[in-house]
Amino acid sequence: MAAISLDINGKKYDLDIDPKMPLLWAIRDVVGLKGTKFGCGMAQCGACTVHMNGHPTRSCVLPVQSVVGSKITTIEGIGTEENLHPVQKAWIDEQVPQCGYCQSGQIMAAVALLKDKPAPTDADITSAMQGHICRCGTYDRIRKAIHTAAKSKSPKGEMSGGK
Amino acid sequence: MSNRRTFLKTLGLSSASFVLGVSSFAKGNAVVNMSTDPMSLALEINPFIVIQPSGQITLINPRPDMGQGSTQAVPSLLAEELEVSLDQVTIAQSDGKGKYGDQTSGGSSSVRALWTPIRQAGAAAKEMLIKAAAQRWSVPESECYAEKAKVIHRLSGKSLTYGEVADDASKLEIPKNPKLKDPKDFKIIGKYAPRLDVPARVTGKAVYGIDVEVPGMVYAVMLHSPMIHGKVVSIDDSEALKIKGVQKVLKCERPMPHRTSEAVAIIADNYWAALSAKKVVKVQWDNGTLGQTLTTAAYFKKCAEAATKEGLKAEEEGDFAATFGAAAKKLEAVYETPFLAHAPMEPENAIAHIKDDGTAEVWAPIQGPDWALRDLAGYLKIKPEQIKINVALLGGAFGRKAYHDFLLEACFLSKDVKKPVKLVWTREDDITQGPYRPGMMARMQGAVDAKGNIVAYHHHPIGESIQFQVFKAPSNKPDDWVCGELSQKEQKYNIPAFKISYTHVPTEIPIVWWRSVYASNFGFSQEGFFDELAHAANKDPLKARLELMSDARFKKVLETLAEKSNWGEKLPAGQGKGIAIFKSFGSISACCVTVAKQGTGVKIEKVVSVIDCGHYVNPDNVKAQTEGNIVMGITAAVKKGITFTNGQSDPTNFHQYQVMRMNEMPKVEIHIVESGAEPGGVGEPGLPPIAPALANAVFAATGKRIRRLPFDLNTLASV
Ligand code: FES
Ligand code: FES
Repeated sequence: MAAISLDINGKKYDLDIDPKMPLLWAIRDVVGLKGTKFGCGMAQCGACTVHMNGHPTRSCVLPVQSVVGSKITTIEGIGTEENLHPVQKAWIDEQVPQCGYCQSGQIMAAVALLKDKPAPTDADITSAMQGHICRCGTYDRIRKAIHTAAKSKSPKGEMSGGK
Repeated sequence: MSNRRTFLKTLGLSSASFVLGVSSFAKGNAVVNMSTDPMSLALEINPFIVIQPSGQITLINPRPDMGQGSTQAVPSLLAEELEVSLDQVTIAQSDGKGKYGDQTSGGSSSVRALWTPIRQAGAAAKEMLIKAAAQRWSVPESECYAEKAKVIHRLSGKSLTYGEVADDASKLEIPKNPKLKDPKDFKIIGKYAPRLDVPARVTGKAVYGIDVEVPGMVYAVMLHSPMIHGKVVSIDDSEALKIKGVQKVLKCERPMPHRTSEAVAIIADNYWAALSAKKVVKVQWDNGTLGQTLTTAAYFKKCAEAATKEGLKAEEEGDFAATFGAAAKKLEAVYETPFLAHAPMEPENAIAHIKDDGTAEVWAPIQGPDWALRDLAGYLKIKPEQIKINVALLGGAFGRKAYHDFLLEACFLSKDVKKPVKLVWTREDDITQGPYRPGMMARMQGAVDAKGNIVAYHHHPIGESIQFQVFKAPSNKPDDWVCGELSQKEQKYNIPAFKISYTHVPTEIPIVWWRSVYASNFGFSQEGFFDELAHAANKDPLKARLELMSDARFKKVLETLAEKSNWGEKLPAGQGKGIAIFKSFGSISACCVTVAKQGTGVKIEKVVSVIDCGHYVNPDNVKAQTEGNIVMGITAAVKKGITFTNGQSDPTNFHQYQVMRMNEMPKVEIHIVESGAEPGGVGEPGLPPIAPALANAVFAATGKRIRRLPFDLNTLASV
């Protein structure tokens, strides 16, 4: 056990946990943010995706000690029902989720993609999203929603919303 | 509808109200658990409708939502007749108690089973509310109508909210034959509406089973027998107990319907500690002969032997043997489909709390609280009244979460440690332990006469029976879950000599239903083989089908498919199209797959699906479910299934048990045939035609006939 200091969604957490504990379990079970999901535990499905300094990262295989000093963003830091991120709004417009379990991870990947490539091609979308499994089979709608979100930029030309 | 009009007692401050995260959605359209809903003074008009004097309306959804949309679909049926809109109500999930009737999401049954009774519940409540208001005003009921949770007096324009008349209404007799709306007056049913649970699902706020926490709980991880039924000889937990947070390692059990297996569990303060301990606990297993017997190769070998013999006859029209014997062209083939894991994205999990007073409370993502109640009462040997079930949202299920091994495991552990136990299976548990869709074989025979007519057809399914293994049905008669769907009665083809047989081949590999159940196995053999017969008769596969059909709905689906998929268009070199049609769960679905040759294999270019599901609630959800069925159907056809070698599942996680991903997604198009017929299922019927249409497309493009699934799209070889 050790004191591990984490920066999650702009908030500081000092946790007394095993430094080898994967970030996923620290976020879910210690910090209590349940939006990030467990799907495989071996970087195969993308359900646990969070942003580490803005980059989509699989939290299930990332020991907490390796993220000290990094800025972590989870789905809860992207937007809320009252203040939706354009990607979340597009997900609602296209009615993407079925069970929805994979969608936190899918949205984290999509948000990062659009930051990088505000007008992604189909090929860009495929390469950014193919690490994410949706067992309900919502891939077609995810693709549509990413295009929808890309078109819905704010007047300033930026993806806004959330914090 | 029962005649009870109870003032529900307040449940607000039971221990359950301290539960974190049972209120799954935050808004007015929330899905809440009954136990946390302040029900004081609530008026239960009938079991499905609770109206508070404040006007708050709670509708009870008796069908757990695993992604199929029942949170919207079932309350829509109630709301339509009750004259409320869904954004005016709170939706609560039923808890398994008998007053809610059947509560299992399965068999694509939610809308089709509840279509009439749930609308009657809504209509009866509306009539009572109108009557109460009319009495208050001393006007005839005929001068009043209901709209948006109010009763309105047509002449004066005055109105009363449902909350204001609920008390009076609840004292009235429940009408026996409430008048249901004419479908042409529907405002909700059949119309597009965004699902109100979606915002919670895109903001990380929806609470799935795996997200629930209760005070004082400990975490558990299972160490299952690698060969599923091995016996525990010894446990060395010395290394595990050195890990901080690990409380206990114990021998326990995994209760399955066909047998109970021995297992080991690790109890810890947190999940990571338990997982870490799992890696260092050393268990010695006595596997007996499982290494030789628990293999899929041995099972399919027995199936192949059965395919050389006659089975038990399930039905016969005409004289198959004579017609087949005398026919000009005879075809025989064996089709095979693999065992498959459901692999819902949320692994199996449950919290169980067996309390000192002998009562039990559970929180779990389960498909059927009523079945769970029965299973829990049986396992714990207590009365249903002593059990409280809290159904959490399901992160996918596909049949898996109607099998309660994980729930009963959690009960065993809670009984031992005398605390609430949160058990979470790993993905490896999910993939390697089953239950699975059964792998099945089918022996097919058919014949074409000298004039090119398809005159004889024999479908002989072979393999394990869910009814036998899970429900202990006798195995001396044909399994009607297998044969029923293949029956001439359900069939679209008028073939003069038509026969269905069945041979039961048992296995100890645990099985259960999987999205569309046996239709996913035998839709493939039926429609793949029919394509073979059409080619043997030198006929276009679509025309050959239409020729033998007399049912108008089947024909309409196929004709719609022909039009929407541009069947008959000239295709670029190297491309091929295949079609298939299958009726399951009361709905007819057909699809056309287009493939293009690529290297030694093919690429799937496009899938066009057509579904006639009769009346439906939300067309967008019908499309979403059909899209999901395309993805799951292709995955089932081209990705490695579950094989057991030397007693163990070969794949262990998603790196080996691959599922389709974004880069493999073809173009898809879904069309709904508006038949206005009685509602059929939506969650499953889109799946069965996918694999045969794909195999038929491969044949059209390459001349290679696929009879064994899965096959590799890159090589067309079985894998
Ligand atoms: S849970 Fe991390 S990638 Fe699957
Ligand atoms: S929506 Fe269910 S797994 Fe993606």
